[in-house]
Amino acid sequence: MQVRTLAAIVAGKAAGAGSRLLGRGGGTAVAGLVAERIDPGVVRRLSAQAGHGAIAVTGTNGKTTTALMLSRIAREAGLVPLHNRSGSNLMRGVAALFVREASLGGRIADAARRLAILEVDEATLPLIVPAVRPRAVVFTNLFRDQLDRYGEVDAVAQAWERALADAPADATLVLNADDPGVAHLGGRARGRVLYYGVDDTGAAVAGDEHASDFRTCLRCGAELAYGATFYGHIGHWRCDACGNRRPAPDVRITRVEQGEETMALTIAAPAGELRVTLPLAGLYNAYNALAAAAGAIALGIAAPPIVAALDGFSAAFGRQERFRVDGREVRVLLGKNPTGLNQVLRTIAAREGRKRLLFFLNDGIADGRDVSWIWDADYELAQPLAEWVLAAGTRAEDLALRLKYAGFGGDVPVERDARAAVRRAIAETPAGGTLYVVPTYTAMLEVRELLARRDGSARHFWEDA
Amino acid sequence: MSAPALRVAHLYPRLMNIYGDRGNIMCLRHRCEARGIGFELTDLSTGDRLDPAAFDLIFAGGAQDREQRAVADDLLATKAEAIREAVERDVVLLAVCGAYQLFGRSYRESTGVELPGAGIFDLRTEHPGAGAKRCIGNIVANWRAPDGTTRTIVGFENHGGRTRLGPGARPLARVRRGFGNNGEDRTEGAIYRNAIGTYVHGSLLPKNPALADHLIATALRRRHGEVALAPIDDRAELRAHEAALRLR
Repeated sequence: MQVRTLAAIVAGKAAGAGSRLLGRGGGTAVAGLVAERIDPGVVRRLSAQAGHGAIAVTGTNGKTTTALMLSRIAREAGLVPLHNRSGSNLMRGVAALFVREASLGGRIADAARRLAILEVDEATLPLIVPAVRPRAVVFTNLFRDQLDRYGEVDAVAQAWERALADAPADATLVLNADDPGVAHLGGRARGRVLYYGVDDTGAAVAGDEHASDFRTCLRCGAELAYGATFYGHIGHWRCDACGNRRPAPDVRITRVEQGEETMALTIAAPAGELRVTLPLAGLYNAYNALAAAAGAIALGIAAPPIVAALDGFSAAFGRQERFRVDGREVRVLLGKNPTGLNQVLRTIAAREGRKRLLFFLNDGIADGRDVSWIWDADYELAQPLAEWVLAAGTRAEDLALRLKYAGFGGDVPVERDARAAVRRAIAETPAGGTLYVVPTYTAMLEVRELLARRDGSARHFWEDA
Repeated sequence: MSAPALRVAHLYPRLMNIYGDRGNIMCLRHRCEARGIGFELTDLSTGDRLDPAAFDLIFAGGAQDREQRAVADDLLATKAEAIREAVERDVVLLAVCGAYQLFGRSYRESTGVELPGAGIFDLRTEHPGAGAKRCIGNIVANWRAPDGTTRTIVGFENHGGRTRLGPGARPLARVRRGFGNNGEDRTEGAIYRNAIGTYVHGSLLPKNPALADHLIATALRRRHGEVALAPIDDRAELRAHEAALRLR
């Protein structure tokens, strides 16, 4: 181990500990930032110790849940995951993970059984891939998200192509066949490609959704046609002009049965059939489970640990998480871009009874400063079942206006302060009742912190690793 | 005279919809229907021809580069001439962001390639190169309303191209905060006859109800004469507008 790397580990650990002592969050970012500054090769050198290598998960929606599922699968398979679980998915977050797990002598404990499972920000993939040289890269989907930060969807697609040019020649690409923006990457693969997709057209929605980012064929530019649409531009797509079409998936869901709290999935894989009862609702979570299963299969993990981990799965941080507060159930469902929000609204709407809804719209850097995306999301889906609604967050007034157009009325109450909004919403929820909270990313962090304090059973997210 | 109805053409609704542009259509519909004014919407996509006599208002929004290239070819081939004719007949046109650029005389890409525009507005747009900073952020601009008062337009802008107006177009508004057309001369948007182009999205019309009503009244005037737009409940609209004035 180089002296420089050891110095980076010591300084990173000290910075992380200092930040935690000062109460500035988990110190995840600062530890990585400091370590990388001292040794830009720290991630490359430490990640190389993982005996089972690394798998990266990226995409617009679902990467946190998919990576967490993969981590649970790895555990079931007898591996010890190295996992950046708290959504620290930039280079500094990955660096912090390895610095935390390394000894002062630069050794990762139990290295032979280690598998690095890295959730990676879409735009950061070109930096992570050459550093960790993953055995497999899982791509979930590609939708518009934070256009002010990432630029256009096409800019992300180009970043991914650059990343793949630097991937090891034997790395497996695990691609969503149903997303034309992801499936397209198959043409850039140098190694093996494993496609996954949903075959069961019974899960399709009627017509197409407004929030769709790939209307045209990436090969010839003609407008795409769909045999079935599952959500957004995810579906059985084809180009009638040039013959480009959804690749036949290698790992596929042949049957989805959606319930209020669970989904029964039948997954056909090259090695046989997997039957999973996933304790999550919403078709987007079926895709997350499918992506995780395909990722595990790409690493050579057998079916039994995959099924066991998915059957026993509990929600990732802020994604369909449940809290108990003063005898009320509070469900937090992250909704941070049009497609993700539509899926969340469909999931809420599918549940019985009238709903109390607390929507948050923040415009922090991590949310995207531009809130125009709310006009591309279908808040109308939730309106028929709403009993009470509150618009909260730093852009609560924009949200209230959007909700007016969705049929919630012209006098939707507004509350910018997160604490006041949560207090008010809980007061509006009768004992024994359920409150649905749909926050953007930074609002989710605030809300979760507030609810965890009142719930008593939840932990701070940086303790969640 | 027939009962008033606003006939709207939405150009390329599937291909040009990047920054919540459908909010503008939702707003026009709401503000007509709340007053008992009919609202007839026609979506026009690639290959469709536009009848310059069939519409009171034409709307087009922003697109990603890839979609914008597909649209640009079709626009010149099947619609540009009809739109020019409609604008000369004082039909209202609202072009936001990508459409605003396409409706100018030309657009020079970051690679230096110059693409012809539809030539509705006397303006040229140049992308200063791939390394140049995009104009991104909240924007507030002063707009002189037809009643002579100065009002604000609020929203968000996100564009790489810098637009400069020629003598045949005048600016829509003067930038108070943000970049506007080019980040230098403080102009935002363009007006030619009843055609308005702007970089402001957010969506533009829902939180700028005075501008929305101006477009509706102007569009109805041609066929129906002066149509009085009764006041409607704008509390949520004005609350969002006021909040946007305070954003950094």
